[in-house]
Amino acid sequence: MLRHIVQRLLNLIPLLFGVTLISFIIIQLSPGDFLSEMRLNPVVSSETVEAMRRNFGLDQPLHIQYLKWLRAIFLRGDLGYSFAYHVPVTWLIGSRLLNTLILNLAALVIAWLVAIPIGIHAATRQYSFSDNTLSMTAYLGISTPTFFSGLLLLLFAFKTRLLPIGGMTSLDYEFFPWYGKVLDVARHLVIPATVLAFTASAGLMRQMRGNLLEVLRQDYVRTARAKGLAERPVIYKHAVRNAINPLITIFGFEIGGLLSGSAILENVVGWPGLGRLILEALVQKDLYVVMGSLLIGSITLVLGNLVADILLAFADPRIRYD
Amino acid sequence: MTSTGSGPSRREAPGRRVLPRPMAALAEQRQRAMVSRPPLALAWRQLRKHRVALIGGVILIILYTMSLFGDFIAPYSLDYTDRERFFHPPTRPRVVDAEGRWHLRPFVYRTELVDPGLRKYRIVTDRTYPLDVFVRGEPHRLFWIFPTTLHLFGVDPAARLFLMGTDQFGRDLFTRILYGSRISLIIGVLAVGITIPIGLLYGGIAGYYGGRVDNIMMRLVEVIIAFPGFYLFLTLSAVLPTDVGCATRFYLIVIILSFLGWTGFSRLIRGFVLSLKEQEFVLAAKAIGLDDLRIIIRHILPNTSSLVIVVATLSIPGAILGESGLSFIGFGIREPCASWGNLLTAGANLPNLAQSPWLLLPGVFIILAVVAYNFLGDGLRDAFDPRLRSS
Repeated sequence: MLRHIVQRLLNLIPLLFGVTLISFIIIQLSPGDFLSEMRLNPVVSSETVEAMRRNFGLDQPLHIQYLKWLRAIFLRGDLGYSFAYHVPVTWLIGSRLLNTLILNLAALVIAWLVAIPIGIHAATRQYSFSDNTLSMTAYLGISTPTFFSGLLLLLFAFKTRLLPIGGMTSLDYEFFPWYGKVLDVARHLVIPATVLAFTASAGLMRQMRGNLLEVLRQDYVRTARAKGLAERPVIYKHAVRNAINPLITIFGFEIGGLLSGSAILENVVGWPGLGRLILEALVQKDLYVVMGSLLIGSITLVLGNLVADILLAFADPRIRYD
Repeated sequence: MTSTGSGPSRREAPGRRVLPRPMAALAEQRQRAMVSRPPLALAWRQLRKHRVALIGGVILIILYTMSLFGDFIAPYSLDYTDRERFFHPPTRPRVVDAEGRWHLRPFVYRTELVDPGLRKYRIVTDRTYPLDVFVRGEPHRLFWIFPTTLHLFGVDPAARLFLMGTDQFGRDLFTRILYGSRISLIIGVLAVGITIPIGLLYGGIAGYYGGRVDNIMMRLVEVIIAFPGFYLFLTLSAVLPTDVGCATRFYLIVIILSFLGWTGFSRLIRGFVLSLKEQEFVLAAKAIGLDDLRIIIRHILPNTSSLVIVVATLSIPGAILGESGLSFIGFGIREPCASWGNLLTAGANLPNLAQSPWLLLPGVFIILAVVAYNFLGDGLRDAFDPRLRSS
């Protein structure tokens, strides 16, 4: 097992190398660079632009730019410098990363807390009215784009004035005591977290329902019933435990998607996360911010998949990595 | 395909567990079942019983028909603007007039702008404008070929027929939704149409040769899969030139969607082919001396057909959602072209949306199309899943 993990981690190095190379090539394909707009600005002299170009290292050949960037990562863990914000990319991403994590973790917790009981409920009452209703709702959940449900909830908040519309903090956030700050962020969190949790729990609930139905058909469940066990222990002690197993893989994938799952929604509700950062950076051609975000996103994704495999191996003794 | 995730309407088969009996008899029985009914017919038989899937299919047929006849059904043209009637609420076809008289034929009333600030319109009830069928209107090309001015329905130009209201420029939303459907509904089909053959061939070759070839080919796939999908999608679309026409941009987005889509699919096919290549019919084909590519294409890949149909149907909604999301944030299809995603952009402004909630209607169409594909896809999966089939 340990050998497998180490091997997977070693595999990560060429993989991430490929990721950075591809993202660098893609960005270089795009027309213009960060300074293009400045060149058209009559107020900024061409000498200034030229000086900035040298300063950012944009005058060097492409492969030198790339290798320099790569070397800084290896030597100092430095992801480069943001042209637009004039701060190191590492710092910029770090500040946004936390916001995105807060949002996605909240959604993850809600989704699991809601989806598992609902899935069990639906599976144990297959084809009943509540099962059919829940299943249809789940279809709606997986089919509704997050930006649409986000807009709907924002509209609701706008009309009723119950919840803040967009953003992560209120204007007077700085003046709140610490519990006021927590409460303020929590209030802003309600809409985006609900939207994400709706989509996620729909998929999860379908999985849970399907798995449980599959398990309930197994012989050992029939045996448990035949020996006169009450229905509750049959469901919760025998069936549910086995039905949850495959969901562990999904859990791992969700860990991998923690950073990228909310990209559009962040832009709709104005949540200052990584998704918004990458969009702004793309518009401004802020080269290293884009590359840094892609890299960080990829690392989480790959690590999430690894975690999924490890968790599965622990949960299911039939799986061996040798 | 070992699908653990099952649709809500997955059929249970409690009494149909195969009882232990001599293997030979079992094999013989299976043989007979296969001879008597081709797999597609079997699947169709199952699908017909799957009500939800049929509903999905019918919705899709309606949507695609509307899209095909879009310019004929639309009362106006794509670039029709009525600057006097921006954010105009949906026109209600009526059968009872202001005096309480019933009319056999639906009609509408004319409207007048009262307050441009509050976007208030007054309904003028001095005369009725009956709804006409097959009216002459703005010229368009039916099926992109036949020039005509005929529209399915309309009203006298003195009144307006804005079935779903208008946007900030006074463009008819219903018309634009119809035109937008041509982009939003076709983009998924096209992207999957490119993805499937590439994924089949790539996964087929990797799985068939195995070993080193497989290793190298799959490394490339892994690199692309390692990207967070939507981030890469965004980055790629930022590369697209902005000064090209709508059609060019449309095809470029199709290419991007396919570039992202083929990897997962080829992985799936590879796994399937790996399990198939040791089977006797492949060994037999090798023994006759057929060349590898022929074996892959003619003998191995046809076995994946049911898998392909199911996966294709279930990946189209993903592509539709991807395009609409991209267009919504302004990176996909751009104005003046219409797609369901970029039509929703008008609703992104909350004060606007609060006053004109009909701006959300394009989203309803997105959901409708995606739900329909999911219905159909789940039904197909159940129909093709041999574990659930009663032969």
